[in-house]
Amino acid sequence: MMMELCPVEGVRRAGDGIYVLSFVSAAMSRSIRAGQFLNLRVEEGCEPLLRRPFSAYRIEKTSIEILFHVVGRGTAALRKKRQGDVLDVLGPLGKPFRTADPGYDTGLLIGGGLGVAPLPLLASALREQGKAVVTFLGARSASQLVTDHLENVHTATDDGSIGFRGNVVGLASDFLGKHPITRPKIFACGPMPMLRAVASFARASDIPCEVSLEGPMGCGIGICQGCPVELAGPEKSYALMCKDGPAFDIRTITI
Amino acid sequence: MPLSSFRLAGLELKNRVLVASGTYGYGDDCLETADPAKLGGIITKSLSLKPRAGNPPVRIVETAGGMLNSIGLANIGVRRFVDEKLPFLRTVDTAVIANIAASTIEEYCEVLRILEGEEGIDGFEINVSCPNVREGGLIFGTNCTAVAEITRRLRPLTKKPLLVKLTPNVTHIAEFARAVEAEGGDAVSVINTLIGMAIDVKTRKPVLSTVTGGLSGPAIKPVALAKVYEASRAVKIPVIGIGGITSATDALEFLIAGATAVQVGTANFIDPAAGIKVAAGIDRYCDENGIPDVAALVGSLDAASGASVLDSWL
Ligand SMILES: Cc1cc2nc3c(=O)[nH]c(=O)nc-3n(C[C@H](O)[C@H](O)[C@H](O)COP(=O)(O)OP(=O)(O)OC[C@H]3O[C@@H](n4cnc5c(N)ncnc54)[C@H](O)[C@@H]3O)c2cc1C
Ligand SMILES: Cc1cc2nc3c(=O)[nH]c(=O)nc-3n(C[C@H](O)[C@H](O)[C@H](O)COP(=O)(O)O)c2cc1C
Ligand code: FES
Repeated sequence: MMMELCPVEGVRRAGDGIYVLSFVSAAMSRSIRAGQFLNLRVEEGCEPLLRRPFSAYRIEKTSIEILFHVVGRGTAALRKKRQGDVLDVLGPLGKPFRTADPGYDTGLLIGGGLGVAPLPLLASALREQGKAVVTFLGARSASQLVTDHLENVHTATDDGSIGFRGNVVGLASDFLGKHPITRPKIFACGPMPMLRAVASFARASDIPCEVSLEGPMGCGIGICQGCPVELAGPEKSYALMCKDGPAFDIRTITI
Repeated sequence: MPLSSFRLAGLELKNRVLVASGTYGYGDDCLETADPAKLGGIITKSLSLKPRAGNPPVRIVETAGGMLNSIGLANIGVRRFVDEKLPFLRTVDTAVIANIAASTIEEYCEVLRILEGEEGIDGFEINVSCPNVREGGLIFGTNCTAVAEITRRLRPLTKKPLLVKLTPNVTHIAEFARAVEAEGGDAVSVINTLIGMAIDVKTRKPVLSTVTGGLSGPAIKPVALAKVYEASRAVKIPVIGIGGITSATDALEFLIAGATAVQVGTANFIDPAAGIKVAAGIDRYCDENGIPDVAALVGSLDAASGASVLDSWL
C-alpha cells in the first residue's frame, strides 16, 4: 500500500455515462493484482471529503486505468480530470481474487454493469495461469455495455438492445446448460441483487464462486470499521470489505 | 524547531497531536504510509471486555463536509487486544493510550484492571458515549452523575493518566468537565461525535442501519472548538481538543481556544499521515512566528474585544 500523487493521462468515454481515466504510477502498476482497488481523492479540500474506491481496470506499462460510471459528485469530478492534473491515489488495496486455486480449469467471469471493471485484469491473470476464460456481461442497454479488452464475451441487456435479453445470470445459466464446462469457477462482480442471484446459481450448480462486493467505505484500509460483510456461521460476525475483500468466497459470507 | 514535547499528567508526549480513537485502528494498519512514532500518541479503538461484532451495514455515509458513523464499537475485545495488538504497539516509540468502552461501570473497571497490568499502555481514555444497560441504554456521557461516578471508580485503579472523553450531546459540557476534574480525572477529551442522521429520499429509509449515528469531520469543527473553549475555561486540568481537524491551522485554532493537545480523527481516513503533517505544521507555524514553545499557544485566545455567548452560560 502506498499513497502517491499520480499524473493524470486523460479521460475517455467508454459508454453512456461511463469513462476510463488513466494515470501513471510505476510502483502501483507493478504491484497491483486483479481484484484489488485504488482509493482516489477526487478533490483537495473537503467536498467530497472521503476517498472513492475503484477497481483497477487495466495496466499498460506504468499506466493504470479505472473504468467508472458518473453517479455522484465524486465521479462527476473525476470525469473532468485532464492530462496534467494530479490525482492523490492510495493503493493497491484489498485482497486479489484467488486465481491460483488449483481446483478449477475455466474461469467463468460474470460482470453486471460497472462490475466489468476488474474483469480484464482478472482475465489476463487467469490466462497466465493456463486457465480458460469465458465472460458474461450484463448491462441495461447496449450503450452501457463495455466489452473492450475482453475475449470470449457473451452479453445480455435488460432491454434486449444487444445479446441475450434479460439478466446476466440467466445468460450464464442458459449458456452452461447448452455448453457444459468441466471444473469451472465463477468470479462475479456487480450490484448486490445480481451477486445474490449468482451465488444461488453457483450453489445450485455446485460451482465454486467468488464475488467481489461493493459498498460504502470510509478509509479502504481497515481503520474505520465502516465496511462490514456478514460472515456465514451461527454467531453474528463481520469481515471488512476493504481489508478481507472486496472478493469473497461465497461459502464464507452471508449473501 | 520549537519545543513541541510536553507532559500530560506526568506522561511525556513528543508533540501535541494524537490520533483519535476509532480512526486509527490499533495502530498497525497504516505503517506503510505513516510512521506512528512521529505522532504524539496513539489512542486505540474503544476496547470492551468481550469482543463486539458491531452494527450491521450501512455503518457510514458521507455528508456535507463530514461523515456519519454507526460502527457500534466493533472491536476485538480487550484480551485479544493484549495478545495480538499490544506486542506491536510496545515496539512503537510513541505514547499508547487505551480507550475503553463498556455497558456497566463494573465493566469499565474490569477492562482498565486488565490493561493496567500490561506493559506498553501509557494511559487511559474513557469513552462515556456508550449505552448504560442498567439505565435502559441511556448514554452514560449525557448524565453528569454517571460521568462523575465512572471517574471516581476508575481513579483509584491506575496512577497513569486518566482521560475522560466527553460527548458534545449535552447542554453544558463545562459541568461534565468539572465533574471529571472533581473526581480526579487527569484530562478531558472534547469532543466525541455529534448525533446526526441522513435519509434516502428515494426509499424514505434512513441511510444508517441504526437510523442515527455520529457526525465527524470538518463539518463539526466550529462546534468542537466552542465546546473546547467552554470546557477549558471551566477546569484547570488539560482539555484535549478533537473535532474536524484536518490541517495545522485547524489544530492551532484548538490550541489557541484552550486545548493542551489535539486528536486527529476522520482526517486519517483520507490520509493516514494527517496527524504527522498537522504536528509538523504546528512546528512550522511556531518557527515562522518566533514562538519557542508550543505551550505558549495554549489558551492564547485574544478575546478581549467582546463577551462570548458562553459567558451567559458559565
Ligand atoms: C471495492 C470497490 C470497487 C469499486 N469499483 C468501481 C469501479 O471500478 N467503477 C465504478 O464506477 N465504481 C466502482 N465502485 C463504486 C464507486 O466507488 C462509487 O460509484 C463512487 O464512490 C461513487 O462516488 P460519487 O461521489 O460519484 O457518488 P456519491 O456522491 O457518493 O453518491 C451519489 C449517489 O450515487 C449512489 N451511488 C453510489 N455508488 C453507486 C454505484 N456504484 N452505482 C450506482 N449508484 C451509486 C449513492 O447512493 C448516491 O445516491 C467501487 C466500489 C468499491 C467499494
Ligand atoms: C468511524 C469512527 C469511529 C469512531 N470510533 C470511536 C470509538 O471507538 N471510541 C471513541 O471514543 N470515539 C470514536 N470515534 C470518535 C472520534 O474519536 C472523534 O472523537 C470524532 O470523530 C471527532 O473527531 P474528527 O472530526 O476528527 O473525526 C469514532 C469516529 C469515527 C468517525
Ligand atoms: S472502509 Fe474503513 S475499515 Fe473498511
